Amino acid sequence: MSLEEHREITAKKPRAPYTKPTDISDPNYFHKVVDCQWACPAHTPVPEYIRMIAQRQYTEAYMVNWESNVFPGILGRTCDRPCEPACRRGRIEEKPVAICRLKRVAADKRGDIEHLMPEIAPKNGKRVACIGGGPASLTVARDLAPLGYHVVVYDRDAAGGGMMRSQIPAFRLPESVLNEEVERILDFGIETRFNQEVTSLKKVLDEDFDAVFVGTGAPRGRDLNIAGREDVGDNFHIGIDWLMSVAFGHTSKIGKRVVVLGGGNTAMDCCRTAKRLGGADVKVIVRSAFDTMKASPWEIEDAQNEDIEILNNHVPQKFLTENGKLSAVVFEKVKPEVDENGRRKMVPTGEDPVVVPCDDVLCAIGQENHFPWIERDIGLEFGEWDMPVVDKDTFQSTNPKVFFGGDAAFGPENIIWAVAHGHQAAISIDSFCQEKDIRERPAPNVTLVSQKMGMHEWSYHNDISNDDRYLVPHADKNFTLKDIKMEVELGFDEQLAYDEAMRCLNCDVQTVFEDVKCIECDACVDICPVDCINFIENAPEDELRQNLRVPANDLEQSLYVSEILPTGRTMIKDEDVCLHCGLCAERCPTAAWDMQQFLYKEGQAKNQRVAG
Amino acid sequence: MSYIAKPKFHHPKLPRNDLGLTRRDYEGSMSTLCAGCGHDSVSAAIVEACFELNLPAHKVAKMSGIGCSSKTPTYFLSKSHGFNSVHGRMPSIATGANVANNELKYIGVSGDGDTASIGFGQFAHAVRRQVDMLYIVENNGTYGLTKGQFSATNDRESVGRKGQENAFECIDLAAMAIQLGASFVGRGFSGDKDQLVPMIKAAISHKGFAFIDVISPCVTFNNHVGSTKSFEFVRDNEHTVTATDYVPTKEEIKIEYETGTTIDVMLHDDSHVRLRKLDADYNPSDAAAAMQHIMRYQEQGEIATGLLYLNVNDTELKEKMNLVDAPLNALPFSQLRPGADALEKINNSLR
Ligand SMILES: Cc1cc2nc3c(=O)[nH]c(=O)nc-3n(C[C@H](O)[C@H](O)[C@H](O)COP(=O)(O)OP(=O)(O)OC[C@H]3O[C@@H](n4cnc5c(N)ncnc54)[C@H](O)[C@@H]3O)c2cc1C
Ligand SMILES: Cc1ncc(C[n+]2csc(CCOP(=O)(O)OP(=O)(O)O)c2C)c(N)n1
Ligand code: SF4
Ligand code: SF4
Ligand code: SF4
Ligand SMILES: [Mg+2]
Repeated sequence: MSLEEHREITAKKPRAPYTKPTDISDPNYFHKVVDCQWACPAHTPVPEYIRMIAQRQYTEAYMVNWESNVFPGILGRTCDRPCEPACRRGRIEEKPVAICRLKRVAADKRGDIEHLMPEIAPKNGKRVACIGGGPASLTVARDLAPLGYHVVVYDRDAAGGGMMRSQIPAFRLPESVLNEEVERILDFGIETRFNQEVTSLKKVLDEDFDAVFVGTGAPRGRDLNIAGREDVGDNFHIGIDWLMSVAFGHTSKIGKRVVVLGGGNTAMDCCRTAKRLGGADVKVIVRSAFDTMKASPWEIEDAQNEDIEILNNHVPQKFLTENGKLSAVVFEKVKPEVDENGRRKMVPTGEDPVVVPCDDVLCAIGQENHFPWIERDIGLEFGEWDMPVVDKDTFQSTNPKVFFGGDAAFGPENIIWAVAHGHQAAISIDSFCQEKDIRERPAPNVTLVSQKMGMHEWSYHNDISNDDRYLVPHADKNFTLKDIKMEVELGFDEQLAYDEAMRCLNCDVQTVFEDVKCIECDACVDICPVDCINFIENAPEDELRQNLRVPANDLEQSLYVSEILPTGRTMIKDEDVCLHCGLCAERCPTAAWDMQQFLYKEGQAKNQRVAG
Repeated sequence: MSYIAKPKFHHPKLPRNDLGLTRRDYEGSMSTLCAGCGHDSVSAAIVEACFELNLPAHKVAKMSGIGCSSKTPTYFLSKSHGFNSVHGRMPSIATGANVANNELKYIGVSGDGDTASIGFGQFAHAVRRQVDMLYIVENNGTYGLTKGQFSATNDRESVGRKGQENAFECIDLAAMAIQLGASFVGRGFSGDKDQLVPMIKAAISHKGFAFIDVISPCVTFNNHVGSTKSFEFVRDNEHTVTATDYVPTKEEIKIEYETGTTIDVMLHDDSHVRLRKLDADYNPSDAAAAMQHIMRYQEQGEIATGLLYLNVNDTELKEKMNLVDAPLNALPFSQLRPGADALEKINNSLR
């Protein structure tokens, strides 16, 4: 049937109201199907690099990461991995693909990349200051220096890296890995002003910078002002200050009995570090219930593996001292209860207070921003919580020359968000310096390429593995607990990496439907192992979702809707649990279905410079 | 045909039937038929019907002959019994099996070549003997497996892929089955599962010979312009005379139909077939009228589909022959083989 004939037929059968056909030329449509990439703040093309790992193209896999997230070796060990809870595999079986650990494989096994680094353009005469040398600032520097900007990075510490250096313990992130990836950026001709604390933004602005990026993080740890706090003396430590002092070699011992207050990732790093510095009895004590602890599940698991006890539902009430020295912390026991409004709150159980004797307390109950060094009369507005007013898309403050990113912008997050902010801020700074509209963002680089090689042959591996998620081997704790610098995780070896990579469903290899070719034989419906495909009458979307073979109740997941077909039905594909196995395309007698790789590269500063 | 196995993962929210099984548990191994072959849709309809009927797979026997269609029992109900006979001989194997053990549900799958040519004689006698089974012909008007010769069901005016004329009159297997005394006769289309699945469910529940002629396009040899067994032709020229609903026993009958347009028939297992007459003057219990109706449509170049004829009053083969109810494998050896004395008695009675 010709296209015209087809349209004639479909035009004859209008049904209103109905759901409009999907516009697959909108890059967001297929991008959203790649759950991991969509969830990644830096939109790393995950399945693309996982396939490369399976093919032992480690260097290429590293570079795909480096382009997007700048710190593959660091992130492959420490990323908060928002991609993993989003991973489609986690919806069809228990566990997602070990995306983060595969990233590390690329970093561990890559070859030389010197020749793959961007060329540094001749200086363009513009100067950009980055205050703070953490991942946000380093990303700005990496994106701008190759374009010819003269970038100056300030940090009060002696080296770059920010909290990746001062907070994340070396047993999770070896210094050599950190140094390698930080120095790579500094080698792009960055001027460093380390060991320099910035005490006045005005002064920086007065030096002829065309733009200033503030990436100073959220450096202040929260204190706990309960009874007895003023008497505890030297045995009470603010967690992040203590971790920094350990990282920089100023602290190398702690008491035998240690109480860590707090349930986030900082608490996990504190307790594991304490365990390595002489803490024999280390307890993490948290006011919330276990299931609402803030720390990532894998960090909790690692702490527990090191015989660290976690007490939940305990609210600290007072510190006890003996002979002018901390002797114990007293807790009230609480339990979660749901009130009339369905809200969960903690109420006292009425039991006796719990007294936990201890030698040291590490307080890890949160971090805050702190900007005493930013003058309030330089046109830079501060809003709620004494935070600077920062635009969510451009990262510009109300002083047009000053941009924020990372933890300094909207409060503490993590490395990958700092990187994502850095990319966006770099785009804005570039536009600003080139006197272009900073609201105009560079378009993503998108390609959609058929993977068909033969009748039933594809240039990707569509026969996915049924295996469960593979565990990363750990070093023997008899050794790791004795050596604070010894890395605990060993990383996947080549075989494990391959086996884990084969679990990836290749969600970027899209099912593309060409309605004019469809003869409605239903072959794809019959073969689809997960009942994605439906040929039913069109209807409003909420109705459609209920009328599918398996109702599509996850509204986050899109429906792929075709034009109305000659029999009056519409093809509706629920993207939710599609395995990207390509069987629909293999079974289709007319190639109405095709498997096409959708490669999405987020726009970066370099893209707009090339174009403009 | 695909080279990969169908992934074992199924939709996490896939419905389960009374046996706790999903539709996927009723599948067979990966089909080796051409992509888009109608026969695969018929397999999927059988899977769906057995799933919805809560049939335990070990209570089903799949019978077939030779042809692409006859290969399909491998592609559904992998945990059921089965026998793949020589070309056109499925009816006699099914008859024997049925007599030996009628506790199994027999699903025979054949092709138009397997049934209307080489197996025509066998087919006729299975029908008139009322073998208790569902007999499906996946009718594509061609010998698919041997590369597309005209079959005996190819319409006179239906031309070959290269425009070859068809010299011979066609056999309408549905009309033939009614004439030969089948007690359940339907016609479906592989591209219309809404119609086919309830019909298969009713046919499996029916006691006696249930025949369904399923137009099942051969995408490789008989799906061209000029063929009357192509997807497009069938869609444009199909005429549903009765719409079938299948109501299992446990479901209460809720919907009220306009009187005169609906016939409600109780099957032997207390389930119901609900026929909505789309042709008002159609009477699916009148064999002669049904045949005439089918022929009228055929004269106009149209295809009558739906449940065409139903007779729940006839008996099936074992009853007719007064054979023992229990499966032979459940009889004690003494009954199964009465011995020399009994034989002697019989011989004496004939002397
Ligand atoms: C204990 C701990 C563990 C963590 N673990 C992880 C993890 O495993 N994975 C993860 O993704 N994230 C982790 N994080 C969070 C992560 O480290 C931060 O979100 C991230 O480093 C923020 O990056 P940034 O560039 O915004 O600032 P930062 O990394 O905080 O860097 C800011 C830098 O600015 C410097 N600075 C501040 N003020 C001034 C000034 N006035 N003058 C000069 N220099 C200044 C600071 O010294 C610092 O070096 C952890 C945080 C903590 C506290
Ligand atoms: C005794 C015998 N004669 C001939 C053949 C060759 N043969 C194999 S399949 C077939 C026709 C099958 O046609 P049909 O039953 O319509 O099945 P389809 O492939 O079309 O589904 C023939 C003639 C055979 N296998 N055995
Ligand atoms: S299966 Fe692979 S491509 Fe799909 S979301 Fe998970 S990691 Fe990403
Ligand atoms: S690729 Fe096609 S057949 Fe495979 S799961 Fe997705 S829709 Fe179903
Ligand atoms: S030859 Fe025809 S009948 Fe046989 S598998 Fe192919 S499409 Fe089906
Ligand atoms: Mg045939």
